[in-house]
Amino acid sequence: MISAMKTAAAIFLALTLTVGIGGGIARAVEPDEMLSDPGLEQRARDIGQRLRCLVCQNQSIDDSQADLARDLRILVRQRLKAGDSDQQVIDFVVARYGDFVLLKPPVNKDTLALWFGPAALAALGIAGIVFYFARQPKANPPPLDAAERERLQSLLRDDS
Amino acid sequence: MMRFKFFLPIAVFVLFLAILFDSLLHDPSKLPSALVGKPIPEFDLPPISGPQARPGLKTADLAGKPGIVNFFASWCIPCKAEHPLLLRLADSGAFPIYGINYKDKGDAAAQWLQELGNPYSRIGADTAGRVGIDWGIYGVPETFVIDGAGKILYRQPGPLTSTDLETKILPLLKQASK
Repeated sequence: MISAMKTAAAIFLALTLTVGIGGGIARAVEPDEMLSDPGLEQRARDIGQRLRCLVCQNQSIDDSQADLARDLRILVRQRLKAGDSDQQVIDFVVARYGDFVLLKPPVNKDTLALWFGPAALAALGIAGIVFYFARQPKANPPPLDAAERERLQSLLRDDS
Repeated sequence: MMRFKFFLPIAVFVLFLAILFDSLLHDPSKLPSALVGKPIPEFDLPPISGPQARPGLKTADLAGKPGIVNFFASWCIPCKAEHPLLLRLADSGAFPIYGINYKDKGDAAAQWLQELGNPYSRIGADTAGRVGIDWGIYGVPETFVIDGAGKILYRQPGPLTSTDLETKILPLLKQASK
């Protein structure tokens, strides 16, 4: 039993590691797009992972084969080569495509419900539960008086 | 009081369902636009080559009158679908229609316009698609309404329908011309 569990754990670990390593590789970046400077290329990859491909919508531009994603990857590299900071490159794309292009949406008044809605709902639910149990009658009723004790004894005697 | 407490969770749940259901009715491929209400991006495009060539298009050409900027391509099927509407609007002569030809090769666009008719008074050739990115487009066709004073009033991703034209685009253009 224990050895079976160990095997299962090992398989699980192996699977997570494989997926973890696979996830780190940018899948759609073509060799001819890459920059010769590995530092710049790494920054381009980091930015590419954070930008949404607007054609496929659930892939980053680094993962997508769409033409527009390729154009955006090249644009990101052009901006970096021109000396832009990572934030400047991202702002450049956001100015054209809006916050939707960011895979991680920023915290602002439009996204408050998105960021804090689930936590607020959970807090409301917990408050409800606490309130409900606080209102329940106390678990320890007052002790029995002499007459009640007498009656209880007689009932118990009848039973046996 | 008891009643109210009993119905409150149900009311919250129904409200929640209503919000989720509302999201189902929106087309998620229609993205919000970052450029509506903003100045027209700076660009300067050469004309397309071939039989239906018109003068090229740059930001300064869009000043003066309210009009429509339409991104199109000869390889784009929905562009063909909306084309008769643009031709009809061009025939009325009320508002200028400017074309930006997105990623076409050679004189493909000119051939296409030769065959289907040419509604555009000016056409810029965006062969690299860079101007498209500056306008924030993510496909063709896309149509923008401009106010003639250098601002974008409206954007429609995807093909135009006559309903879009009657209910949104023409009213905006008429209001902008006042």
